[in-house]
Amino acid sequence: MRRAEQRAEAGATRRMELIAMRAGWMKRFVVLLFLFAFAALLFGFPVARAQQSSDAPPAGNAQNGKKLLVSYGCYECHGREGQGSTQTGAARIGPPQLSFEGFQNYVRKPTNQMPPYTSKAVPDQDLADIYAYLKSIPMPPKGKDIPLLNK
Amino acid sequence: MAHGYYKVEGKPLMVLAHGTVGVQHAAMAMYNAYCDRVPIYVILGNIIDVTKRAPGVEWFHSVQDAAAMVRDFTKWDDLPISLEHFAESAVRAYRVAMTPPTMPVVLVADGDLQETPIASDLKIRIPKLTHEMPPVGDSGSVAEVARLLVAAENPVIMADRTARTPAGLACLVDLAETLQCSVVDQGARMNFPTRHPLNQSDRARAAVADADDILGLDVADFYGSTHSYRDQIERTSRPGTKPNAKLITISADDLYIKANYQDFQRYNEVDIAIAADSEATLPSLTEAVKRLITDDRKRAFQDRGVRLKAAHMQALERSRDAAAFAWDASPISTARMCMELWSQIQNEDWSLVGATTFVSKWPQRLWNFDKHYQYIGNAGGYGVGYGAPAATGAALANRKYGRLTVNIQNDGDLMYAPGVLWTAAHHKIPILHIMHNNRAYHQEVMQVQIMADRHSRGISNCGTGTTISGPDISYAKLAESMGVHGEGPISDPKDLGPAIKRAIEVVKRGEPALVDVVTQPR
Repeated sequence: MRRAEQRAEAGATRRMELIAMRAGWMKRFVVLLFLFAFAALLFGFPVARAQQSSDAPPAGNAQNGKKLLVSYGCYECHGREGQGSTQTGAARIGPPQLSFEGFQNYVRKPTNQMPPYTSKAVPDQDLADIYAYLKSIPMPPKGKDIPLLNK
Repeated sequence: MAHGYYKVEGKPLMVLAHGTVGVQHAAMAMYNAYCDRVPIYVILGNIIDVTKRAPGVEWFHSVQDAAAMVRDFTKWDDLPISLEHFAESAVRAYRVAMTPPTMPVVLVADGDLQETPIASDLKIRIPKLTHEMPPVGDSGSVAEVARLLVAAENPVIMADRTARTPAGLACLVDLAETLQCSVVDQGARMNFPTRHPLNQSDRARAAVADADDILGLDVADFYGSTHSYRDQIERTSRPGTKPNAKLITISADDLYIKANYQDFQRYNEVDIAIAADSEATLPSLTEAVKRLITDDRKRAFQDRGVRLKAAHMQALERSRDAAAFAWDASPISTARMCMELWSQIQNEDWSLVGATTFVSKWPQRLWNFDKHYQYIGNAGGYGVGYGAPAATGAALANRKYGRLTVNIQNDGDLMYAPGVLWTAAHHKIPILHIMHNNRAYHQEVMQVQIMADRHSRGISNCGTGTTISGPDISYAKLAESMGVHGEGPISDPKDLGPAIKRAIEVVKRGEPALVDVVTQPR
């Protein structure tokens, strides 16, 4: 019984410690966030540019992107896995051959047959989700390694 | 059916139709045949004399000028008023239809003329049918074209409705091999073997951009083939050729043009335009080329042939790599569908009689075509409802040769004349339909989306009125309801090969079969 109480007490103490630690992290996090926000206000543009020029695409939801590829009609010319088609003239986009920045720029201002899609038609976050889905598609084997393609 | 039959057999099929309701049903098929330069021999029934018509329906089915509604897209028509007149016009119609540019013709058979007994003393003479020789390019122009081709560093031959007959394919191979030059096959007919090292169709734009001479042989849209076009709010077009490239055409289309329907495309600004049938002109052109070849040019040609072979192999490898994407996808990729089909037919005497435009031309890019009957092009006028009927007509022509007829059939297109499935079952016409079932009139889905985006009307409702789902059509059940063996719907690529194999066994027994494949859009 005593052992059980000790264990309970020790557990309670440990929980209190954890809460205290988390509170400390939170405090530190809030302070850091404040400092970052202050820096962003002070040097706003450089910070924003640094974030944009990163190669890493913004976080996107691949599952939602798969749905959006269809609902926005991207699949009509590019196929449901972004494989492209010579008939539609649509490039292969799955997996993407461009960085997210290049992908986004092309969607907004295409140079070939594709119509331009504004952020009003396809918001940036939806584009990021679509990109995340396309990025999740693995590269297939080379054509020479698929027996049916070599008959 | 008559459209597809001609393209395999080289002879027109006769079509009998009512002069009013029948011709209205037939009009779309006749327009396609006209645009595709295919002769069809159409006879329309009518009753001119009002005193000979029964009250009621015969009045609805009579017309003052039965051929009027198709006159803009037929080559010639007549309304014979006596049997001798009919005999003469019937022979004339055949000759007119079969002389390049070949096109549909119409005879109106008056009911009174058909039913009135022939007077016992009437001697009807049927004139002798003489086949007109196809128009051949004049020798001076042909010699000039030969001179340009031999002198050129990178000549390109562009073929389209070139090989009217099997001889056309052999003639084109002869000219191309003599010059060791690029051939771009636009595919309205089977003009050039797909695995021939000089075939550069899969890199057509690059070949055209690099050319110093381009010879177009009965090309339906030579302007479009030598220009790039950008379809944005402001539509723009620019040459896809070098500024100093010489453009040459040999086309029977220059011998006959009509005003109303605009199938003649943009005006071609070319350096030499020979108004003649290209197939008939090829032998004299090849001879003229051979006479001009020196040893130096021969060596240059051989070097060019080596380079083109390498380019051809690279293009083939690129196509194989492209086909690997979405290989295991469901719905099934068009590349996977085409290659599952190819693996089942490649050792047969096969004939592909459906257009490949909407399956990204995978068959031409990956299969080995080397015979004239192995491909017959597309509708010509892009009018829906061509596919299954034309394929069945082609299968009818193939039947006596024992060929395995295969049609890649678009789902929306089949819904215009599905009754042709019954026709094939009834007449035991062996044919394998592979449904490219993307559950949409997909060209329209894409077009509506472009317009909706352009006008900021939202781009997520483009399936309204353009998709074919809710309910999904079971084409296998549709086929079975008409006595045709049905397989599918098949969405898993692993199931496709065995289904095609089972269907081919049915076709080999002399019956039609259909495999419903749920596919990617293109």
